[in-house]
Amino acid sequence: MLEMKCDVAIIGGGPAGLSAAVAAKKEGADKVLIIERDNALGGILQQCIHPGFGLNYFKAELTGPEYAGKFAEEAKALGVECILNAMIINMLPVEKSAICVNEEHGVVNIKAGSIVLAMGCRERTRANIVIPGTRPAGVYTAGAAQRLINRQNEMVGEKIVILGSGDIGMIMARRMTLEGAKVVAVIEIMDYLAGLTRNRVQCLDDFGIPLKLSHTITKIVGNERVIGVYVAQVDNKKQPIKETEEYIDCDTVLLSVGLLPENELTKKAGIEVNPITNGPIVNQYMQTASEAVFACGNVVHVNDLVDNVTIESMKAGKYAAQYVMKTRVEAIREVSSITGDNVRYICPQKIVITKENEKVRLYFRVLTPEFNVVITVSSNGVEIAKKKAKRVNPGEIEFIEIDTVKVQGEEVTVSVNKQGGAGLCAKK
Amino acid sequence: MMKTDVVIVGAGAVGCAIARELSKYKLDVIVVEKKEDVGGDASKSNSAIIHTGYDAAPGTLESQLVVAANPMYDALCKDLDIPFERIGAILPAITEEQFNSLPAIKEKAMKNRVYDVEFKTKEELLAIEPNLNKEVKGGLYIPRESIIDPFILVQALAENANENGIHFLLNTEVTGIQTGDKCINMVETTAGTIDTTYVINAAALHCDDIAAMVGKADYKIVARKGEFYILDKNTSCKVNKIVLPIPTKVTKGKLMCPTIHGNMLVGPTAEDIDNKVDKSTSKEGLDTIAVDVKKMIPGVALRDTITQYSGLRPNRNPEGLRFDMYDDLKGYINLSGVRSTGLTLCISIAKYVVEQMIEHGMEVSFKDDFISKRKGIPCFRLMTEEEQEEIIKKDSRYGNIVCRCETITEGEIVNAIHRSVGATSMDAVKRRVRAGMGRCQGGFCGPKVIEIIAKELAISPEQVNKNISGSYMVARKAR
Repeated sequence: MLEMKCDVAIIGGGPAGLSAAVAAKKEGADKVLIIERDNALGGILQQCIHPGFGLNYFKAELTGPEYAGKFAEEAKALGVECILNAMIINMLPVEKSAICVNEEHGVVNIKAGSIVLAMGCRERTRANIVIPGTRPAGVYTAGAAQRLINRQNEMVGEKIVILGSGDIGMIMARRMTLEGAKVVAVIEIMDYLAGLTRNRVQCLDDFGIPLKLSHTITKIVGNERVIGVYVAQVDNKKQPIKETEEYIDCDTVLLSVGLLPENELTKKAGIEVNPITNGPIVNQYMQTASEAVFACGNVVHVNDLVDNVTIESMKAGKYAAQYVMKTRVEAIREVSSITGDNVRYICPQKIVITKENEKVRLYFRVLTPEFNVVITVSSNGVEIAKKKAKRVNPGEIEFIEIDTVKVQGEEVTVSVNKQGGAGLCAKK
Repeated sequence: MMKTDVVIVGAGAVGCAIARELSKYKLDVIVVEKKEDVGGDASKSNSAIIHTGYDAAPGTLESQLVVAANPMYDALCKDLDIPFERIGAILPAITEEQFNSLPAIKEKAMKNRVYDVEFKTKEELLAIEPNLNKEVKGGLYIPRESIIDPFILVQALAENANENGIHFLLNTEVTGIQTGDKCINMVETTAGTIDTTYVINAAALHCDDIAAMVGKADYKIVARKGEFYILDKNTSCKVNKIVLPIPTKVTKGKLMCPTIHGNMLVGPTAEDIDNKVDKSTSKEGLDTIAVDVKKMIPGVALRDTITQYSGLRPNRNPEGLRFDMYDDLKGYINLSGVRSTGLTLCISIAKYVVEQMIEHGMEVSFKDDFISKRKGIPCFRLMTEEEQEEIIKKDSRYGNIVCRCETITEGEIVNAIHRSVGATSMDAVKRRVRAGMGRCQGGFCGPKVIEIIAKELAISPEQVNKNISGSYMVARKAR
């Protein structure tokens, strides 16, 4: 079996893996190796040919391939190595090795100083949300349809109903329209938008595509190919209201009903995964419970913007390099971040306290949308950080920064409350 | 015009098993199948269990065939490389009433000559199956109830039959049967007319329609729908055995069991419907599965579902499995009422049918070059690293993992397409190598599998179907 040695092995060459590789190299790691299963670097961004990437990080509006390209070029210039068409099928976190399979090299044993997990996420399927009906051709996840149209030049259908108002769903609504298909409706079970507001404006409103909030597909119809769907309004328990059911003629159903971090490898390796994020538990260095293994990007938690993935992944790359070079400041203790009022999850879940003060950003998502809120972090009953926000939305990631010197007890709690104290939001 | 000795109508489990049995003799046989693949209908949507027949109606042909078939599977699965495991089944009695019904069930098993059914105490059952309802009072253990890959069973029978010279006409519908003087003459199909001496009607759901073509439809087939859940391999609550409910007078009930690939299967419902095509699942049906199975396995995590499906059992009215030959229509063999036990008894009924044909005057002699073994598609995921290394060296496409959930390589998919009775559709690939059968349900590999099928069969992606004609995957080029 072929053996490959490196300092930092990065599993996945999408935006997370590329940013981590660049950062690891800049931090001084000697040999950085990306293992990528596709035939090119860039990950899912390769099929995201629409603009809107990099507004925060580059202060410019780039397409997906352009955004990924910038990092791929930088990685190449810095001497990052990569092996394409290669899939990791096993990982040993303590031995710091991984087994990968590749057409050219066969089975390869990769031996590393540290490992960065950057496998991204996958889409929730029809089965995950249990849509009754037949199982004809023409039911696609939005991402699969996006790959077909943007990378394989194949249109999946002509008359489309999209379930879920996630970002990919809305972007595909526009894309299909531009390619001559008719998007009949975007259906969302919640009473608010799942994705970014800007995507609603640019992808639905500008093209006159109707968005039906508080609605769902109750049945898919068709034996060979989809011929239609039944759609109904839902009550406040998300149950369809029978009397409101209507039939919509269509040949394709696209699903944009959420993303799940892809942690098969992580779980198989015995690394602890958080049940809410479905990603590995990490500290502010993006280090998992297994000390030589770091993780970043959508494999940790599903991000809203690739810019955030980049920032987070650069940390993972930097500290993975420091781990190999043994240059990291020594830890004194570790505390947990706890979700308070109206907070669904926090990343990182662990905060390492060292003898030096560190500014740590706690990224989180809220449970329900709210206006004019105050975000607070408390530790041992003492408020250690506070900021106000005009609007919070489950579709968008928020953050608040804390000083580690202020942390007293064993945990810090993040809460989001209506300003003025009145009207506590829904609790967990 | 095609000329043959035997036409088998239907390439399900029974049709393919008969084809393989006949392939041992010097006979020309053509199997005619409406769908694009073998095992594409009733044989694919069932609970994938090889039964013992402990609960069959004693003395019936069905009971005789199921009981006979079960012990045949060890050798068959070895010969034809079919995934098969004798995991055993338990029948837990949760209520007092159920507990009191156990002796009668055991007695019935004895009448069916299934002698190895044993009583187990509450403690024994909970030790075997820790996720059982703690209220369990005791139950029965049926050691030879087994699980199988139902798709590979049918494929293996068909492939082996094909290797031994049996022809398969897929995508071909029987449109009429011409009879001569009290005998079979010709079979008309959408692919042309076939001159034949025998017609074996193994058309399952549609066997009454075929029987009507020769005026022998003295029965009706009513489709009984069964809805199922498949749960992720990583689901939080698993069972080790086939967990069967105590049957009531109304229904056999809903079970939970592992599949041969480590998923959990939960179901089925049982609902008679008024047509033979509606394989839709319903919220009501799926909800009843949750309610019923939770009585036995309270922790069953249906939220971990990776797919739901329904199958149609060909239920006969009047009820019961029947084998019929007719004096006034020589050469016509009618099989009807082959229900959920059909997957088990396909191999015994095949032998029974051929014996009956010989007894009724079919003159045959054995082939001296019959190939009894079949090698399955290499399964990359189950190989050692050394074996993986070796196969990639021989064919680099085994180093290209296409389906990441199930770790399926391009090499396996290409093999599935080019082997005998090979796959031509997405579902046929899925049923042979499991690409798309994992938790992402083809979200990642689907677009790649479309490309591979198109390339290997030299067709355009627009011509690639999910299954039957009309189930196109992509509509047109984007630009």
